[in-house]
Amino acid sequence: MPTQSRLSSAALSILAALFIAGCSSTATGPVNQQEPVEQNPEVVAPVEVVEEVISDFAEDNNTPVDGSGQPISRTFYFEYDKAILNPSDLAVLEVHAQILRRNSDRSVVVQGHCDERGTREYNLALGERRAAAISSFLRSAGVGSRQIEVVSYGEERPQNPAHNSAAWAQNRRAVVEYR
Amino acid sequence: MSYVTGFVSARNVLMRPWALSHLRRTYFGLILLLLVVAPGLQAASSLDTIIIDRGVDEPIRISIVPFAMPEPLSDEANLSSIVAFDLARSGQFDPLASENMLSYPSTREAVFFRDWRILKSAYLVIGRTQLLPEDGKVLVEFELYDVAGERSLESGSFTIERSQWRDVGHKIADLVYAKITGVQGAFATKILYVLAKDAGSTSARYQLELADADGARARTLYSSAEPILSASWSPDGRQVAYVSFETGRPSIILQDIDGPYRERLTNFKGINSSPVFSPDGKSLAMVLSRGGDPEIFVMDIASRKLRRITRHHGIDTEPAWSPDGKSIVFTSDRGGRPQIYQVELATNFLERLTFIGDYNARARLLPDGKHLVFVHRRNGVFHIAWQDLEKDSVLVLTATDLDESPSLAPNGAMLMYATQDQGRGILAVVSIDGRVKYRLPSSVGDVREPAWSPFLPDILSAN
Repeated sequence: MPTQSRLSSAALSILAALFIAGCSSTATGPVNQQEPVEQNPEVVAPVEVVEEVISDFAEDNNTPVDGSGQPISRTFYFEYDKAILNPSDLAVLEVHAQILRRNSDRSVVVQGHCDERGTREYNLALGERRAAAISSFLRSAGVGSRQIEVVSYGEERPQNPAHNSAAWAQNRRAVVEYR
Repeated sequence: MSYVTGFVSARNVLMRPWALSHLRRTYFGLILLLLVVAPGLQAASSLDTIIIDRGVDEPIRISIVPFAMPEPLSDEANLSSIVAFDLARSGQFDPLASENMLSYPSTREAVFFRDWRILKSAYLVIGRTQLLPEDGKVLVEFELYDVAGERSLESGSFTIERSQWRDVGHKIADLVYAKITGVQGAFATKILYVLAKDAGSTSARYQLELADADGARARTLYSSAEPILSASWSPDGRQVAYVSFETGRPSIILQDIDGPYRERLTNFKGINSSPVFSPDGKSLAMVLSRGGDPEIFVMDIASRKLRRITRHHGIDTEPAWSPDGKSIVFTSDRGGRPQIYQVELATNFLERLTFIGDYNARARLLPDGKHLVFVHRRNGVFHIAWQDLEKDSVLVLTATDLDESPSLAPNGAMLMYATQDQGRGILAVVSIDGRVKYRLPSSVGDVREPAWSPFLPDILSAN
């Protein structure tokens, strides 16, 4: 299991800023952004940088987790016919970026998906735009280009196969898969 | 030929209830006949029997007498039912139900034209079959008569294998259709389509299927747990190019229809999709996004050399060739919304073709190169539309929603498309004037992405 040192105070401040900017109470459930807190009583508070050995992945070595060990969201939803990131997703994406920066041997496939409206090939292109929006954010947050591959599935792999607006909202998404 | 004169307005096509009682009565017997007589002919995964929704106002009345089929051929579907159902689903013919016939001739000597005049039949088809004891083949003969003129218009004689039973039925339908309408028939053609089961789930299955144009005799060309889309026929009908996600990203596959050859042509990072054969069969237009955004390329199949056709940071996709092979139409959102453009390959001269509506995509040019069919969004609903490029008029051909992937029959008279029926993906057909419609229901899974074959080499030996 890869273990890495805790984030630097600089990264922490970016994270905090993003979190505040994207402050939202949407039901992303387990996305629980917490400041790193001293949890091990044996670690004496260091002078400047918090050094704590902690894993970025759950026991399956594939599920990214936050500082408290909770899995973080890997699915990000989009408006109809749009490929613009939701501001409330940026904080979680920054956590993904941190994990990938700390684990430069790890990479992700960002899958782009669409709802069924519109033609299949055009949706393949639209799904690529959605995945590229995620990829672009991660790269600008310092993740290496070689750590990211973008694959669009268009409308071919719906999360919800129903033909209604609730299903369509679930299907317009990008998914970050670690490998 | 009443069926090609004058287009009815889009409103009429959508709103006018079609009085099908007469047609329905006639076809119902045929459908039952097909189901009862020929259940073993359809593989388990074939599409269900066609449902005809609309025909022309005054279809041509024709009588197709049950062919003489002595033992042991009487086990087969009567060829007359295959011919009659083909002609019926063209929407242009109204075949007389066999139980309403006054006599059942199978030779010229037994034909009394008076019987058929009383029944107001304009045309008469008779035929007979005979098992040839020496090699187990079957001799099939038919004749087409003009009832009023009491004269033979067409006849044919074929020696076939038992496995070619439906082929000879479709062939006879093609010959009858061509003789009466003057348009080459497309009944003896094939379709490719994608059959998806549990798409999106962990048990998902995607199959590339090949079937007769009426959905019968389906067989699987390729099956995968990953999506398949955008099948395209080579102009000689021998190969198919399509997109498969088998490597974890879309790649373009070239495969023989009959035979073991299968090769991955492209597997670049990003999109590899929309392969379409050029009319001469030597090139494939395709979409690659290896440079960052989707662009149209043309690959020379022999050398695998790629030529980039479009250069724009927007989406460029869904190429289709003009019939002369000199230009490509494609979908682009370079103007902000998806619209259809045409680029001349020699000069790179670019022209926008669609202006009505804010979503026009996935175009195909008719054989005359002057008309376009495409997916057109109107009031949030996706239809198949037709456009005269010289007049810029748009005619909406379909009344359902989520209609997509129009694929033209090789004679340009009809197009097949994918739509939804009670939450399930099915194929449907509409004539190019919007007047004739039928559906190919499926009870085996979601069916989509139809590709109508070109005219295929004649596999039947005419005597």
